[in-house]
Amino acid sequence: MRIPDPEPMPMISLASSPVSSLASSPAVPWSQAQVPVLEARSLTLDYPGPDGPARAVTDVSFRVASGERLVLLGPSGCGKSSILKALAGFLRPAGGAVEIRGKAISGPGPDRIVVFQEFDQLLPWKSVRDNVAFPLRVARKLGVKEARARAERALRRVGLGRALDAYPHTLSGGMKQRAAIARALAAEPDVLLMDEPFAALDALTRRTLQEDLLALAQEQGFTLVFVTHAIDEAVLLGTQLHLLAAHPGRTIATFDTSGLGLAERGTPPFEDVVRHVHDLLFADGARHV
Amino acid sequence: MSDQVARDAALGRAGEGVGRGRSRHVVFRTVWDRLWKTTLVRRLAILAALAALWQAAALWQNNPLLFPTFTDTARALITGLRDEDLFPSAVASLGVLLKGYALAIVLALALVSIAIAVPFVKEVLLTLTAMFNPLPAIALLPLAMLWFGLGEASLLLVMVHAVLWPFALAALTGFELVPETQRLVGRNYGLRGPSYVAFILIPAALPSLLSGLKIAWAFAWRTLIAAELVFGVSSRSGGLGWYIYRNRNELLTDKVFAGLVSVILIGLAVEVLFRAIEHGTVRRWGLQR
Repeated sequence: MRIPDPEPMPMISLASSPVSSLASSPAVPWSQAQVPVLEARSLTLDYPGPDGPARAVTDVSFRVASGERLVLLGPSGCGKSSILKALAGFLRPAGGAVEIRGKAISGPGPDRIVVFQEFDQLLPWKSVRDNVAFPLRVARKLGVKEARARAERALRRVGLGRALDAYPHTLSGGMKQRAAIARALAAEPDVLLMDEPFAALDALTRRTLQEDLLALAQEQGFTLVFVTHAIDEAVLLGTQLHLLAAHPGRTIATFDTSGLGLAERGTPPFEDVVRHVHDLLFADGARHV
Repeated sequence: MSDQVARDAALGRAGEGVGRGRSRHVVFRTVWDRLWKTTLVRRLAILAALAALWQAAALWQNNPLLFPTFTDTARALITGLRDEDLFPSAVASLGVLLKGYALAIVLALALVSIAIAVPFVKEVLLTLTAMFNPLPAIALLPLAMLWFGLGEASLLLVMVHAVLWPFALAALTGFELVPETQRLVGRNYGLRGPSYVAFILIPAALPSLLSGLKIAWAFAWRTLIAAELVFGVSSRSGGLGWYIYRNRNELLTDKVFAGLVSVILIGLAVEVLFRAIEHGTVRRWGLQR
């Protein structure tokens, strides 16, 4: 079940979690897992600091197959957002490789659409509909009509059918993130990259959006890399969990959480994993975070 | 919104008053309240009061050679527009203004676009702006006349100088204030170079760009009228500054006033135009209150 890692790293086996029997795994069959959509091999990332480059991430490897949802989880400073930036092409690796469908990532591109945490990711000068249509126009080169029609469909799917003509500043935080997700989905990228998209939302809205994102994942089977620092969110949303420690960012464990979804939330297997992850994070000296 | 509320309140109050003795008074008051809430009405009232003050002061002075009355000035304005060359003069001034303004804006945008990509060019631009911004454009006129003679070229040089530096500074600030997330969104869709500037930077920086355009317009208009006081645009049609200067020489003070009023009226009209643009863009998008 678990994706074989090219590098030896501590593997946590979860004997207690009934992985296969629970049916909230993605719609895509596991046989496709042989062809990784996204792969990181011994990824090392540096940030320019005052005394030369500072190491943000060292030797991180993972593979994401089609329809899988990889969650990068760790305390702040573990480089999870930097890894996402490298996947998006905003940050060049200092060592190792990041590849999409076997090709090295050399820069940003619309095959990897990012959903950010910040609410201002929607362009304020465009209506919600045109925000969603924008990447279709500039990246996919669709005509106005076609792009708008697709945008409307995507927005209806995330429950924003009534806010098509609204400008972003009139929307609530939750609606803005919904629109950003619709914009990413409409562009039909190879992989969706989400950088703590729900972190700035209130607890209630966050919960609804998590559920809706899972429902969309069931429906469409998209491939996703999701960065978060919330353990329960990580276990809930991911099929694969990559646990990172800080200073510098490095892998401490990987989990298969494909059997843990909405239906399992609050059940003993789910809580076991959450507790396990919690213990691992805090045992690693990340207490100061 | 508040207009609607006021209207509802007005209707309600008017309705209450029906059938009573004071109903006409109430209706009058509510109509007056509504009118007073309109900016245009308030402004017109202020202008009317100023005109009345002017008329009283001029009548009291009783020296039409030095200080014509409001009514004399209005008459001179109408005669000037209808029978004399006031209108062609204004058109000539505006024509030169638009030429110089457009030239300087294009230059500034090109410079700033390069400056945001190349740090050294930015350094050059900042140095030039710091040098030339405090230099009054009109101070360049003698030199311009020496180089280009009495004609439009000299005026254009002075106007470009008046517009280029303040607008370049505003544009540079605006571009640098574009939120990081919106930059990343643009790059995520594969935008780069001119399309990145056109689709992301310019709309995102529009509040600064508009305020830069406004400041630059005011500089340009003042500089142009001042320069025209020295010489006209061409021998046949000399512009508003020349109109004022010529009539002063003939001691036709009412026409001097008419020229000044024209300068002010054109300035007000442009102000209204900018307000309309702001209302349709940056205010509508929630980028500016």
